[in-house]
Amino acid sequence: MEQEEIKRALGELLSSQRLAVLATHDEGRPYANLVAFAATDDLRTILFATPRTTRKYANLVADPRAAVLVDNRSNEEADFHRAMAATATGPAREVAPSDRRPWLELYLKKHPHLEDFVRSPTCACMELSVERYVLVNRFQQVTELHLS
Amino acid sequence: MSPLLMNLSELEEKDRGRVGGKGFALALLARQKIAVPDTVCVLAEAYDEYLDRTGLRERILLELNRKDFKDMRWEEIWDASLRIRNLFLTHPLPPDVARPMADDLQARFGSRPVVARSSAPEEDSAGASFAGLHESYVNVRGTESILKHVRLVWASLWSDAALLYRQELGLEAARSSMAVVIPELVAGEKAGVLFTRTPSDPSCLALEAVWGLNQGLVDGAVEPDRWIVHRESLEILSHRPAARDNQAAPAEDGARLEPLPEDRRSRPPLAADEVTEIARTALRWESVQGVPQDMEWTFRQGKPVFLQARPVTTSRGSSDDQRGWYLSLRRSFENLQALRKKIEEDHIPSMIREARELAAKDLASLSDEELAREIRERATVNERWVSVYWADFIPFAHGIRLFGQLYNDALQPEDPYEFMGLLEASPLESLERNRSLESLASMIRSDSSIASRIRQGRFTEAGPSFQAALDDFVARFGDLSCPVTGGVQCTQGQPALMTILLEMAEHPPRRRGASKDRRVLEDRFLQAFHEGRRREEAGQVLELARVSYRLRDDDNIHLGRIEAQTLAAVHEGRRRLKRRGLQRMEETTPEEVARALENPDYLPAASPISEIPAGVSSRPSATKARQLVGQPGGPGLARGRARVIADHARLKDFKHGEILVCDAVDPNMTFVAPLAAGVVERRGGMLIHGAIIAREYGLPCVTGVPRVTELVATGDEITVDGYLGIVTVERTVGGGGGR
Repeated sequence: MEQEEIKRALGELLSSQRLAVLATHDEGRPYANLVAFAATDDLRTILFATPRTTRKYANLVADPRAAVLVDNRSNEEADFHRAMAATATGPAREVAPSDRRPWLELYLKKHPHLEDFVRSPTCACMELSVERYVLVNRFQQVTELHLS
Repeated sequence: MSPLLMNLSELEEKDRGRVGGKGFALALLARQKIAVPDTVCVLAEAYDEYLDRTGLRERILLELNRKDFKDMRWEEIWDASLRIRNLFLTHPLPPDVARPMADDLQARFGSRPVVARSSAPEEDSAGASFAGLHESYVNVRGTESILKHVRLVWASLWSDAALLYRQELGLEAARSSMAVVIPELVAGEKAGVLFTRTPSDPSCLALEAVWGLNQGLVDGAVEPDRWIVHRESLEILSHRPAARDNQAAPAEDGARLEPLPEDRRSRPPLAADEVTEIARTALRWESVQGVPQDMEWTFRQGKPVFLQARPVTTSRGSSDDQRGWYLSLRRSFENLQALRKKIEEDHIPSMIREARELAAKDLASLSDEELAREIRERATVNERWVSVYWADFIPFAHGIRLFGQLYNDALQPEDPYEFMGLLEASPLESLERNRSLESLASMIRSDSSIASRIRQGRFTEAGPSFQAALDDFVARFGDLSCPVTGGVQCTQGQPALMTILLEMAEHPPRRRGASKDRRVLEDRFLQAFHEGRRREEAGQVLELARVSYRLRDDDNIHLGRIEAQTLAAVHEGRRRLKRRGLQRMEETTPEEVARALENPDYLPAASPISEIPAGVSSRPSATKARQLVGQPGGPGLARGRARVIADHARLKDFKHGEILVCDAVDPNMTFVAPLAAGVVERRGGMLIHGAIIAREYGLPCVTGVPRVTELVATGDEITVDGYLGIVTVERTVGGGGGR
């Protein structure tokens, strides 16, 4: 796939989906969560939110390396040829209070019903700075996109 | 015309679901050449468009699915409804939707007053009478205000009443919708209702009429004249005149009661020919509809205008249904004012007097027979006050809600509980008790010899000034060992009071939470009303709410003092029976104690005791609660050891920095609040005692956590997130970490 084609496919996938699987680890033990996410148009950042009392938050504070899986499967047989999945990897960190405003704007545009949740002082606004995407389509076609 | 509005004349049968039953009935009346007000219908599609565009649909669903509906108490339903209502208040219509609607409404009504009436399609098809579950607003003026009230009518789809009857209504967040009917306000000189068939005699119809607006009659504030008319002959069979002392009249904003002008008092609102005229029109309408009708009408320039018509339906609810009782707790300002007078001038002084009189009696000097009689008398006194508590004190708490709604309507705050800031820092009895407790603790803190004597159990040697302060405390509030305020010596061994005092003295005193600037909030609230009568009334509602807030806590303490006197007599009885050699007297009921006192041969039966031992959890080992969801009851975040209180006697074990986990906190328990780092309660609601005391001390609090006393054990390390309303179990006692 051409780079522009990949970027378009990723952009469509990321904007069409609401939930992603977030992978973290706890001293080597893998851990996965569903999170409501949003992505910037340049695909470089994936946004999600979590209360600071959660395991995923503790895991990321200890080690920010994380992966996020976004896919468009519909739980039908046709998924095998039709569905697309993208895994984004990179460090995920809490957004500083001074950077919260653009974060909130982007995130709430996609998930307006989560306003109370993300505005709570105990909720951390997180962003994963994507270093690499691994895009899987047509069952086993795998393409990587490296963002420097 | 905006695609979201329709005129009555445009409506066809297929539009019934888009305008709801009330809107459609008006269109049909007009088609029968029966006079109706000039009316515009806001279609149900407008509601859907609004929900989708603002994201409110999912927010309502999130709100209603935080916990299983069957686990929600009425108070929690009210809270959910308040929060949903606030979402409607704080989210205006998207401009591209609002503008065409505003243009049409402006062209149609200008500054003429209108009514915004709910017309829910579900209500129409429910087959039962659900009148009054949804709101209507009378005398709304100007397009901006009309559109705001349309949102409030929409919000009332989720009123507490509607949520209680959601099953019968088929109320579902995903599908339910609401149309709004906007008729011009017909401020006729007289108005009324009519049932084309009376339940008692099917050959008659009943007609009720008042002077002024119909609002007065519908609310039950104005007593109507009533006529019974024969359906066939239209002969008036009876007329029952009313007292006729007041009427509802349009006011700046809404309607208000005013004294009836003298010339109207002496004559009925309707003359005989007018009664006949309305009856004839109503029967004509009924014959078109085919079923008995319930109609509202008014008179304009001597001609009747029909405001509403719907089929007469069966009444809702069965006799064992609690919901009617819950809804009866919603009281009007006038009703609450009367209740306040009764409580403040009558109940509370009587309670104080009665407790004092009982306390003055020397129980030790009574004979066994006299003591038995005394126990029974006190039990009766106690029962009487408990019933007063349910009949008057509990409904009075509605004053807080009445104010909350007024505040939110006027200011549309982001936080629907901002209004609580104006009520806090009221002089609560429980806080007064805690202050006295702190001053005893500070005496111990500043003089180590008192502490060491107390630790050795030499209470009486702690010095005259401490002793005097202590005696004074016990006389007012008891020794804290009893589940009621004012009770003493409920547990054996070291008095609870001393244990709590020593624990408090070991740590710096807790400052009460920084109270938000009450003055600023109050000014902002009052400024939101026009100077003069409106502002004065707003101030009165605030004043009422403050009393309501204070009494909500204080009534338990007053009641506790009465109960403590019953307990005292029972204790005296048990002591005597123990001297006779009877065993396990702690478990006998007052009546059994009284019987045994009267009859030396009587062997009292032990009452069954159901008690969850504190600190022993019944949780299954394979599953574990990690994050529990309740409602945010007080903002803040705290982490600490859980102290699960299953029984009042265990409160004395409470340690500084622990988190109080409890089924239901009552004001007789909140003396541990100054030691606590947070509060978690199974019982839900923003206005429950746990939440009130937590906010007073600035403690994080989560309420309404189902089964929390089973899922959390004393010693568990937990985090209380009072912003999000979640409790996280970090580490279980004896178990591994939460991660």
